[in-house]
Amino acid sequence: MLRKIRIAAALICFLLITLLFLDFTGSLHTWFGWLAKIQFLPAVLALNVAVVAALVVLTLVCGRVYCSVICPLGVFQDIVSKVSSLRRRKKHRFSYSPALSWLRYGVLVLFVIALVAGISSFVVLLAPYSSYGRMVQNLLAPLYGWGNNALAYMAERVESYAFYSTDVWLKSLPTSLVALLSCIIVAILAWRNGRTYCNTLCPVGTVLGLLSRYAWLKPRIDTTKCNRCGLCARSCKSSCIDAKTHRIDYSRCVSCMDCVEVCTQKAISYGRPLKTAPRTEKEDGPTARRQFLATAGILMAGAIEAQEKKVDGGLAPIIDKKIPHRATPIVPPGAESLQNLRQHCTACQLCVSVCPNQVLRPSGKLASFMQPEMSYERGYCRPECTKCSEVCPAGAIHLLTREEKSATKIGYAVVVRENCIPLTDGVSCGNCARHCPTGAIQMIKEIVNGKEVELPVVNTERCIGCGACENLCPSRPFSAIYVEGIEHHRTI
Amino acid sequence: MDKENHKEKRNINRRDFLKIVGAGTLSATALLYGCDNKNTAGSNTLQPSGTMTYRTNLHGEQVSLLGYGCMRWPTRKDENGKSVLDQETINQLVDYAMEHGVNYFDTSPAYCKGESERATGIALSRHPRDKYFIATKLSNFSPSTWSREASMSMYQNSFKELQVDYIDYMLLHGIGMGNDAMKEFEARYIDNGMLEFLLEERKAGRIRNLGFSYHGDIRVFDYLLSRNDYYQWDFVQIQLNYLDWHHAKEINRRNTNAEYLYQELEKRHIPAIIMEPLLGGRLSKVHDHIVARFKQREPDRSVASWAFRFAGSFPGVLTVLSGMTYMDHLQDNLTSYCPLQPLTDEEFDFLYETANLMMQYPSIPCNDCKYCMPCPYGIDIPAILLHYNKCVNEGNLPESSQAENYREARRAFLVGYDRSVPRLRQASHCIGCRQCEPHCPQNIRIAREMQRIDHFVENLKQGNVF
Repeated sequence: MLRKIRIAAALICFLLITLLFLDFTGSLHTWFGWLAKIQFLPAVLALNVAVVAALVVLTLVCGRVYCSVICPLGVFQDIVSKVSSLRRRKKHRFSYSPALSWLRYGVLVLFVIALVAGISSFVVLLAPYSSYGRMVQNLLAPLYGWGNNALAYMAERVESYAFYSTDVWLKSLPTSLVALLSCIIVAILAWRNGRTYCNTLCPVGTVLGLLSRYAWLKPRIDTTKCNRCGLCARSCKSSCIDAKTHRIDYSRCVSCMDCVEVCTQKAISYGRPLKTAPRTEKEDGPTARRQFLATAGILMAGAIEAQEKKVDGGLAPIIDKKIPHRATPIVPPGAESLQNLRQHCTACQLCVSVCPNQVLRPSGKLASFMQPEMSYERGYCRPECTKCSEVCPAGAIHLLTREEKSATKIGYAVVVRENCIPLTDGVSCGNCARHCPTGAIQMIKEIVNGKEVELPVVNTERCIGCGACENLCPSRPFSAIYVEGIEHHRTI
Repeated sequence: MDKENHKEKRNINRRDFLKIVGAGTLSATALLYGCDNKNTAGSNTLQPSGTMTYRTNLHGEQVSLLGYGCMRWPTRKDENGKSVLDQETINQLVDYAMEHGVNYFDTSPAYCKGESERATGIALSRHPRDKYFIATKLSNFSPSTWSREASMSMYQNSFKELQVDYIDYMLLHGIGMGNDAMKEFEARYIDNGMLEFLLEERKAGRIRNLGFSYHGDIRVFDYLLSRNDYYQWDFVQIQLNYLDWHHAKEINRRNTNAEYLYQELEKRHIPAIIMEPLLGGRLSKVHDHIVARFKQREPDRSVASWAFRFAGSFPGVLTVLSGMTYMDHLQDNLTSYCPLQPLTDEEFDFLYETANLMMQYPSIPCNDCKYCMPCPYGIDIPAILLHYNKCVNEGNLPESSQAENYREARRAFLVGYDRSVPRLRQASHCIGCRQCEPHCPQNIRIAREMQRIDHFVENLKQGNVF
C-alpha cells in the first residue's frame, strides 16, 4: 500500500514537473509552479528557509522520500530501472554493495567549494532537478513543440484558435550536448544498477543521506520472521540492504517501500527502527568545454535592399539577424546582477522554457555555462511579460511586477550609425524610436553628405535595455542599434 | 440595345427551358432509382447551366459579360519551395471558362510578379486565336521604365509572352495614380510619345481597341475624356461596384464615386469595362450581419453574385472582370452571368441600402491586388490588411478592452495574426518609408494603417485599457 502511494505521488509530481518544462504558454505555472520551488537545491540557493526546513523535517521523519517522490531525476531513474527490470530474469537484478563513501563525500565537498567560490558551471552540472530540466527542455520540448505545431496547423484549417504554433529552435548546442550526455549516463546507470547516481554523485542525495540515517521512520527487518531468502536485497535499487547481516544503509535508502512489498515473510515493515552499512561506480561527468558557437541562424539567400518595384506581388527575402558582440551579457530583469544570477542559478532551463518571446537561451560561456542569457534576434523582452521571474525556483531571477520590470534597467542601447537605414538606403525610418517603451530614443535631424536625415539618439538614463529597438531595426543581419548589458541592474 | 435585350430574353427562355428539363430529369431519376433528391438538389447553384450574356463593343464584336482577370492566378510550390504559377490548373480554368462562353482575358506585364502574361499566353494559345480577346497594358509604373525604349520593349514583350500578333484591348495602366498624377501621366505616356505610338499601332491594326484603366486623381480622367474626339477611346476601365457607387469618395477622399465615372462614359457612349466588381473579395467576405441580410432574401444565391449582377446590370458595361483563382469562384460567377438576370429597381435599392450598412464597419479598403508589393523591408502588407478586415467581419476587433467578447476577440486577433503573417513580416517592422503608397490603386495610406494596426496589436498584447 505504502509503495502504491509512493508510486502514485511520484508519477503525479514527475508528470507535472515535466509539463512545467514543456508548457510554453506558461499557464500551468500558475497552478503548479510551486513544484519547482520545493526542489532542494534551488530552495537552498533562493534562501527559502521555509522550504529547506520543511524538506529537512520531512527527511528526518520519513527518510529520503524527497528522492523518491519530489526529485524528477530520481523518478526518471526509477522509470528507466523499472523498464530494465521488465526484461526476462532481470526482475530482481540488484545486489548489496558497500557505500563508496570517499566518492560521495568527495563530490559533496567539491560541490560546496564550487558553490561558495561561485564556480557555477560545476555546480549546475550536478544539480539533479536542473539536470532533469535540461533533458526535458533540450530533448523532449522540441518534440512537444512540433506536436503542438501539428495541432495548430489542423486548428488553423478548422478556424479554431485553441492552438497556436511556436518556434522550435536550437537555443544552445553545448547545452543540448550536455543534456544529451547526462541523459545517457544517468539512464545507463539506472538501467544497470538503479539508484547509483543518487548515491554516488548527487550532492542533494548525499546531504539528505546524512539526515536520513537519523530518520524517525525507516524500513526495518524483523529477524524473527526473516528466512534469509535475500529477495529484499535483490529488489533494492539502492543496493543498501545487506540481507546476511540484516543491515540497511539508511544513508542510501530512499524509502521506496519496494522491500516492504516484496518480502514474502512480511519480515520488513516501515516504522520506528528496530535495529543498521555502503559501495559504487565511477562516472565521468561531462566536462564543460568552452565552446562558444555563434548560433547565427541559417542565412537565407539574398539580401534586402530597397530595390525599385517593377512588378506586383512577391515578398522580399529577409536575412536572419546575427548576434552582435556584447561586452557584457544581458540577463533578465529580476536577476539584479550578473553575480547574483551566477551564484543562484542551477541552470534548470525553466525560464528558457517559458520565455514566450524567444529571448532567453542558455549561455555558452564557461563562467555562466548553461545559465540564461538574453539576446534579441528573435524577439525582445516585452513590457507585459514577467514569466521568467515568476517561475525561477532558485532566487536567481526575483519575482517582479509588470511595473517594476518595465522600470528595471538591464542594459542600454547603442547606435551603430553605419548600419542605419536613413544613411544606407536613403529612406526615413525611426522604427526604434516609435517602439521604445520608455521613450528613450529620439530622432535628431542632421545634414549628412548635403542631405537632411533623421538619425536615432539614445538617452541611456531612460533606456532599460528591453531590446525592442534592436529587434525591430530593419537593418540586417546586424541591427543599427543594439543593447549592451550592465553588471548591476537598477531601477530608473 | 434592343437586340441585346432580345438576346437576353431568349437566353432566359432557354435557361428556363433547361431548368424545366433538368428538374424533370432529376425527378425522373429520383423516381427511377428511388433516391432521396435532397442529396442532389444542392448542386444547381454551382453548375452554370444557361448560356453566357454577351455585350457588343464599338466594332460590333460580341464580348462575354464575364471577363477573366489574370491578376490572381493560382500558385504552387516548386521543387525549391518557391511559389510559382500553377500552369496546369491555369489551363484547366481557362478551358472551363471558354467552354462556358468567356472570351475576354485581362492581363498585364506587372501581374503575378510579372509572370501572368506568359502563363495566360500559354493557356490561351492552345485555343484558336479568333475565340478569345486578349487585353494587356502598358504597365510602366517604375520610373526606370518611363523612357521610350523601356516602354517599347515592354510593349513588344507582351506580344512575345502572349504569343499573338495583334492585341485586342490595349490599356494605359492605372491612370491617375501617383502623388502628382497628372505629371506622372505625362511622363509615362505623353513626353516619351508612347500614347501617339499606340494610336499609330491602332491604325496599323496591331491594337484593335485602345483605352485606359483609371484609379485615383479625377483630373486625369476628366482630361482624357475631354480629349475623346482626338483619342477616340474604344473603352475605359473603371472600378465599379455597389459600395463605390455612392461611397468611393467617402471611403477615401482622393477617389471618385463610380456613379460619376460611369455616367461620364455613358454620356460619350464609351463602353465601360469593370474592375474590382467584388473589391478583391471584400464584397463576398462581409460581416456576418450582411451575409444574413443577403441570405435572408435569397438563400441560394452567393453573396458574391449580388456584386456581379450589380455590375452587369448597367447596359453600358462591356465586360466585368473577375480575378478567379479557384474553380468554385469561376463556377459561381458563370452562374451569375449565364445568363445575367438584371437587378430590378427594388434590388438596386436593396444593394444601396446594404452599402450604407457596410460603411459602418471599419474595414480597410484593400483589395489584395498586391500592387504595393514587394515591400523592400519584407512586410506582407496585403496579408496584414486582410487579417485586419477578416477580424472586422468576424466581430473579432474589440472596440474597447471593456467589450463583452474582449478575451475571445483578443485571442482570435493575435493568434490569427501570427498565422496569417509571419512575425518578421508584421506591421511592427514597417519603417514608414512610404515607398508602397504611390502604387496603391485604392490610395490607402499604408504606412499610417500599419502603424495604427501595430498600435492596436500592442494594446492587445500588453492588455492595455483602451
